[in-house]
Amino acid sequence: MSITQERANSIIGQRMLRREDPALLTGEAKFTNDLVLPGALHLAVLRSPYAHARIKSINVSDALAMPGVVAVYTGKDLRDAWAAPMPCAWPVTPDMKNPAHFPLALDKVCYVGDGVVAVLANSETESRDALDAIDVVYEPLQAITDLEVALSDKTIIHEDLGTNKSYTWNLKVEATEGAVDEAFKNAAFTVRERYVQQRLIPMAMEPRAVAAVPQPFGGDITLYSATQVPHILKVMTAITLGIPEHQVRVVAPAVGGGFGSKLDVYAEELLCVALARKHGAPVRWVEERSENTQATIHGRGQIQFVELAADKDGKLTAVRVRLIGDMGAYLQLVTPGVPLLGAFLYAGVYDLPLAYDFSCTSVFTTMTPTDAYRGAGRPEATYAIEVAMDALARKMKVDPYELRKRNYIKKEQFPYTAFSGLTYDSGDHLAAAEKAMSHADYAAVRKKQATQNVAGARKRLGIGMTSYFEMCGLAPSRVLASLNYGAGGWESATVRVLPTSKVQVVTGTSPHGQGHETSWAMIASEKLGIPPEDIDVLHSDTAIAPLGLDTYGSRSLAVGGVAIAGACDKVIDKARLIAAHQLECAAEDLEFVQGTFSVKGSPDKAVPIAAIAFAAFTAHNLPDGVEPNLEAQYTHDPKNFSWPFGTHICILEIDTETGKIEVLKYIAVDDCGNQINPLIVEGQVHGGVVQGIAQALYEEAVYDSDGNLKTSNLAEYLVPAACDVPPITTDFTVTPSPTNQLGVKGVGEAGTIGSASTVMNAVLDALSGLGVTKLDMPASPNNVWKAIQAAQGGN
Amino acid sequence: MIPATFEYKRASSADEAISLISQYGDEAKFLAGGHSLIPLMKLRLAQPTMLVDIGRVKDLSYIKDAGDHIAIGALTRHMDVEKSPVLSKHVPLLAHAAGYVGDAQVRHRGTIGGSIAHADPASDLTATTLALGATYVAQGPNGKREIAAKDFYKGFLESALAADEMLVEIKVPKMNGAGWSFQKFNRRAVDWAIVGVAAWRNNGASGVALVNMGSTPVLAGAVSSALAKGASVADAAAHAADDAEPQADLNASVEYRTHLAKVLVRRALEQASK
Repeated sequence: MSITQERANSIIGQRMLRREDPALLTGEAKFTNDLVLPGALHLAVLRSPYAHARIKSINVSDALAMPGVVAVYTGKDLRDAWAAPMPCAWPVTPDMKNPAHFPLALDKVCYVGDGVVAVLANSETESRDALDAIDVVYEPLQAITDLEVALSDKTIIHEDLGTNKSYTWNLKVEATEGAVDEAFKNAAFTVRERYVQQRLIPMAMEPRAVAAVPQPFGGDITLYSATQVPHILKVMTAITLGIPEHQVRVVAPAVGGGFGSKLDVYAEELLCVALARKHGAPVRWVEERSENTQATIHGRGQIQFVELAADKDGKLTAVRVRLIGDMGAYLQLVTPGVPLLGAFLYAGVYDLPLAYDFSCTSVFTTMTPTDAYRGAGRPEATYAIEVAMDALARKMKVDPYELRKRNYIKKEQFPYTAFSGLTYDSGDHLAAAEKAMSHADYAAVRKKQATQNVAGARKRLGIGMTSYFEMCGLAPSRVLASLNYGAGGWESATVRVLPTSKVQVVTGTSPHGQGHETSWAMIASEKLGIPPEDIDVLHSDTAIAPLGLDTYGSRSLAVGGVAIAGACDKVIDKARLIAAHQLECAAEDLEFVQGTFSVKGSPDKAVPIAAIAFAAFTAHNLPDGVEPNLEAQYTHDPKNFSWPFGTHICILEIDTETGKIEVLKYIAVDDCGNQINPLIVEGQVHGGVVQGIAQALYEEAVYDSDGNLKTSNLAEYLVPAACDVPPITTDFTVTPSPTNQLGVKGVGEAGTIGSASTVMNAVLDALSGLGVTKLDMPASPNNVWKAIQAAQGGN
Repeated sequence: MIPATFEYKRASSADEAISLISQYGDEAKFLAGGHSLIPLMKLRLAQPTMLVDIGRVKDLSYIKDAGDHIAIGALTRHMDVEKSPVLSKHVPLLAHAAGYVGDAQVRHRGTIGGSIAHADPASDLTATTLALGATYVAQGPNGKREIAAKDFYKGFLESALAADEMLVEIKVPKMNGAGWSFQKFNRRAVDWAIVGVAAWRNNGASGVALVNMGSTPVLAGAVSSALAKGASVADAAAHAADDAEPQADLNASVEYRTHLAKVLVRRALEQASK
């Protein structure tokens, strides 16, 4: 039963059009770079053309003489502007190595794109032109772009650390000591696979943009930024620049996408603030697209070694994982934590005994720093277990779906305490999988495949699947503490019913495309019985919404949306006291339905919340001890992660002559618990699936051996367009989360988490008959053709 | 994405454009649709100090039936080439190939003359006009001259045009009912071809040209010779890369590109032979 059927009169569950869209579609929305700031100075950053080099000298005199140039700063000039290095909020181990990282390089550059000199000029053009007049002499050093070479420590990037290794983090869970080794020894089947999670370059529609404006009143400085995390940015700006936190206000205007890349604290944000304060003038910066490819974080970047042990029926008995994580040149805000977010998911959706051995060693390289990218650690983990499951199925010669069915955690096992100690709140993997299989017409496609994939066939058919768990709703603060994360995982909401019964919902989430204004109004409308159009959602300005932990990790609904529901409850509780006072009854005798309090059994004794709101405002006749106004703040700290799940299926054809892949059909059956707005849910799934298909087939940040990024523009870095992706069938099962009152789980990352492995399993399914059983992403035509050639013995 | 500073003059006629370009010399560039030049300027890979805008030279946008050939003004937009009834009837290969250039926005701005004068080996139209045995008309301070397509492409982004010459017309022989095929192999629909093939066949005659198989568009003469000697399509296609010197890039190794050329030429000839 769908949620809309279940609650016919409900706002929740309706396919409401997004209230954000008219402004976005007509160009009325104001992004950071749209702000009109008279007298602003324009920042441009000269970036290193070398992956690894010592800075011998910098001559800025010609640049200073250029028209419109106001000032030029090197890293050393600004060294005293920083009270602390740039922040990394996730020291995953006590001995983690973290090189000091400043907004401009001091003595060395460590990746192509590392900031070296900052120019301030009266116009964007003048600041850009001045970059060409700066003379920097470098002494090039050995670039390191290979993770295994980095581990060898032959060339050490940050000499003071003495090693390229940042940390090793382990998660070993055994029923009895030696259980994993024992399981592998006794296994009927084992597989050992090596996968490469290639670096991906996040491509938000809006590149980053910053404007720092000294305030004539109300605090020291306002930082406008295309960020996902205004609250985190405010704290970190204060710490890094040594400004009292209450004097920093951060505003995220309309923000055009992030996918994790704007979950960070960047050099340009800090430079704009420092220089705006120094010059007493607004300072602004906007990223060029080619800068975006080098100076904004990259995603993924892991080498995975995965081993599965299984009994004679294919039931998993142990999982062993060794990761090498590519941190890039420095640690950004949560860089080291990304592999840990996947560490709990390498057993996927399967019922694994206590025999799990995970270890991740992360290294520095001379490439752009990595950090969270949609799914952050979880798509990588899902890929590893799901592609390895197909390898196991091939080895056992059983159907991959059959193998999964033998291993799924069963519906009746939920809530399920996993090997890791985490509790999976709810789920029904078989139901989601069956639904996906039915959309795929699985048996018929397998039959067609048997006829089509004969020797010499020009086009081979492949079917791939993934069943996934998405650990999201980041996050219970106590669990974050156990992972050494430097903050909590709560979210705050304030609900304020104004005298005229209009409502302000103030949220600590910070939308950048997710439609929170629409969805949050729907939640408050459902709770308060006030129409959504009378509810305004305020967000992304630390002066208006001072408490919050922002938007990432599929957390906004499961944490922030639940906080809104909690704040509404507090408002209703207060309103109930006032209503009882007015109706001269006991509060517990009142019921609250669709915005009206009425006495149980006497429906004519009733008062609408609008009247209560006005009474609360006038305060003429409130019960003793009740404060005026109808407003409540609530902070929700989730009891558990939420555990969305689902099954995706991909059907594709491969032209064996050219290696070109055509995805014929993509099916996504997701379960994100209750849905607030299915239209938005489907949009999230579509976008996520496309990002996963992109990783499987198109995208890859390619570096040459000198550390130059070869894919530094959108002609070389292949983001698929609408015409390059297949039709996507979306469907859902609904298993409400038992750990929050809305029964929601989150859906922001689900599509990405399930899709890359689904596509690659289909690719290998098509090609395994030719002897191709391993293929790195992206499965470009050239790579596919080469793999076929190699498997067929060349020629 | 801010180009270096440049000056800008708009010409209202071909004569005026040529006189301006002669005046400013090597540092000046013609600007037509801008879809090859402007991206290079934004990346500061090209830094002309003067742009002579010929976009409004109206008398250079036309498609005319000139008896044995179709005459196309250099400023004719790709979209007009693609949708032209005259070309669809007499040179369907060119109209079809124009529909593969970039995306709809590019096709509405970019011009056939700009594409050819840019001499990009990865362009769909340079190879297509080469396969069709087109003749290009250049105009300079001393008047007009004709250059055969096969003599036009001198190197990577280098053509036979002198610095003060402007491409004004493309003459494409009518295909007279020849079978034809355009094969474009790429990863995303809007990309340049990794390898492309423009081919036609009419009785014993044929023309086959390759996109992105060297520093210039390549006439696959060995394929046509083999066909003329009676070779089968498959045998002729084996000679697809004989005249090419393909380069490796992020999308294709030399070996793969060579292989693709053979496969695509075979497919093109199969289709053209139907």
